Amino acid sequence: MRRIISVLLENEPGALSRVVGLFSQRNYNIETLTVAPTEDETLSRLTVTTTGPDRVIEQITKQLNKLVEVVKLVDLTEGPHIERELMLIKLKATGSQRAEIKRTVDIFRGQIVDVTSSVYTVQLAGASDKLDGFVQAIGTSGVLEVVRSGVSGIARGEKVLSL
Amino acid sequence: MELLSGADMLIRSLQDQGIEYIYGYPGGAALHIYDALFRQDEVKHILVRHEQAAVHMADGYARATGLPGTVLVTSGPGATNTITGIATAFMDSIPMVVLCGQVASTLIGEDAFQETDMMGVSRPVVKHNLSVRHPSEIPEIIRKAYYIASTGRPGPVVVDIPKDMTAPNERFEYAYPKKVKLRSYNPAIRGHAGQIKKAVDMMLAARRPIIYAGGGVILGKASGQLTELVRKLGYPITNTLMGIGCYPASDKQHLGWLGMHGTYEANMAMHHSDLILAVGARFDDRVTNATEKFCPGARIIHIDIDPASISKTIDADVPIVGPVDAVLKEMLALVKESKEKPDAEALASWWRQIDEWRAFHGMRYETSPDVIKPQEVVEMLHRLTNGDAFVTSDVGQHQMFAAQYYKFDKPNRWINSGGLGTMGFGLPAAMGIKLTHPDEEVLCITGEGSIQMNIQELSTCNQYKLPVKIINLNNQSLGMVRQWQDMNYESRHSHSYMESLPDFIKLAEAYGHVGIRIDKKEDLEPKLKEALAMKDRLVFVDIQVDRFEHVYPMQVARGCMKDMWLSKTERV
Repeated sequence: MRRIISVLLENEPGALSRVVGLFSQRNYNIETLTVAPTEDETLSRLTVTTTGPDRVIEQITKQLNKLVEVVKLVDLTEGPHIERELMLIKLKATGSQRAEIKRTVDIFRGQIVDVTSSVYTVQLAGASDKLDGFVQAIGTSGVLEVVRSGVSGIARGEKVLSL
Repeated sequence: MELLSGADMLIRSLQDQGIEYIYGYPGGAALHIYDALFRQDEVKHILVRHEQAAVHMADGYARATGLPGTVLVTSGPGATNTITGIATAFMDSIPMVVLCGQVASTLIGEDAFQETDMMGVSRPVVKHNLSVRHPSEIPEIIRKAYYIASTGRPGPVVVDIPKDMTAPNERFEYAYPKKVKLRSYNPAIRGHAGQIKKAVDMMLAARRPIIYAGGGVILGKASGQLTELVRKLGYPITNTLMGIGCYPASDKQHLGWLGMHGTYEANMAMHHSDLILAVGARFDDRVTNATEKFCPGARIIHIDIDPASISKTIDADVPIVGPVDAVLKEMLALVKESKEKPDAEALASWWRQIDEWRAFHGMRYETSPDVIKPQEVVEMLHRLTNGDAFVTSDVGQHQMFAAQYYKFDKPNRWINSGGLGTMGFGLPAAMGIKLTHPDEEVLCITGEGSIQMNIQELSTCNQYKLPVKIINLNNQSLGMVRQWQDMNYESRHSHSYMESLPDFIKLAEAYGHVGIRIDKKEDLEPKLKEALAMKDRLVFVDIQVDRFEHVYPMQVARGCMKDMWLSKTERV
């Protein structure tokens, strides 16, 4: 099952490499990884999406917790949560395609953020499967380049991951 | 406040940490530190002949005393040579701090002379590593390093020190921190009371209980609590290879150790039990055999300081995260005050069954009128040293024979690389112990393969007068490799035969020691006595033992706990 694990990490050199190293060392799977400092500059927030049987997921959270620089973590998929991913996608857009792409972008609530005579650059945010859905709707033949941020997530309601 | 250079702060921090010995090897990036070391005499430095041995020395010291060991090496090859030693300590959770020189911070990343990314290289085999970014941080980093290494589940910590951090001309205010503050590191200090209560109820209701204790009992200094609890309950106990000595082997409740080469009765009792109390053990693959067939009728209580060790390979019914000594103490109190008592009849019939198993195999082996068996050498050593020696081993058949036939009644006396299985561990580990236990008998039981992996340390032994006794069970082959080739590869002995062995007697003598060769059975006892009588000399005893012996019992691969070979021809 796919999981979203959110980690508060000491914002120190080498801390990220420990997290990434742990996954390869113990043969765990990373699908996406995002990391950036938080409002407290001594802390980074890291979101990793992974898949595996429950036993492996339990080991992943335990092993992550063992890292000295991991302050706190939560498996967001255990409760209601919001996940978002940002995609920038460059599409071939000529002739009648231009209107069609524009309509599809509107349906997916994306924005065209750059335009040339033959290319649209589209920005789209949402859950990962919505981004997948957009790429599918456009058809891969028209896609010139895709950049995805990886998943960021946060729990719904009053639950907070902080010190 | 005093003003000190980074190098002086480092040595002063070691003094304030109470470090008596460090083991190491100098080199360019560590020279400021070595100069600071020279200008004091509180911290004593032992110069090894290879950095790997420095780590094993620190490791042997740590295992024998329970205190963290300390290593000092230079950058690049000095640092990378420590990796096998660090990985050895990591796998067995041994507290240790490894101080590594590094090229100047201004040169890092430029492929400077003797530059290696030690933070990156060591990362997978350390509990933690720290890099010095400003000289003034040194006291705090050293304090943190020892704190992390020796609390919670212990392990090695590497400190990477760029050369400019120790420069003699820059001085900073020195104060050794009394406390460590780490918001992200809080090892458990006691177990969950509800879980402990639940566990005790299950233990008292069990009909075929067994206690399965691991190295965590020794690391957690909980042998006393464990022994008291086991005696109070009257239940059988087995332990892992790493747990040897956590409960007296000579006691009737002790079934010997379990697993791949464990006793028949320990493996049988585990398989047929209805309740396993696992204490500071980690259900390692050398214990469980095939995990899906592991102890089908047993419910499992698992106590460990490391939550990640619980339900990693075998699911626990009652997990208890906490230090084993504190948890066992609480359990004992509950057992004492509980109105429930173990079912005496069920327990008596369980013991009858166990005694039958015990009588069935009894660690027998075939003897021969003229060939010396490795097992009998170990049995004789046990007798001649009153079972009270520190015994280190390397890795292979001799390690298993030593663990099987030397019956340890005390913790911290059986010193071996159980997790990583590092050949070359035995001699330097023995040196580390002898240095701080000069009046104790320290034996290194080894083989002609393993001993050659760190044999250069005979020179260090000469320099510091470390009279360890090296017992070389010489079968002229890599015995365990050969055994597997016999059993699984139709005796195709691919590269397991040791050709061109050195004359170990001459070699020992060349290093200034005594060498004794034993190749006749009748010489075994008198010559071993002769060796042990030379209290102030290192004696290298080279014993020609049976070249074809196998270690038994041996679990059948991919079977369950109770599937074993008991000899070359008997399989149960």
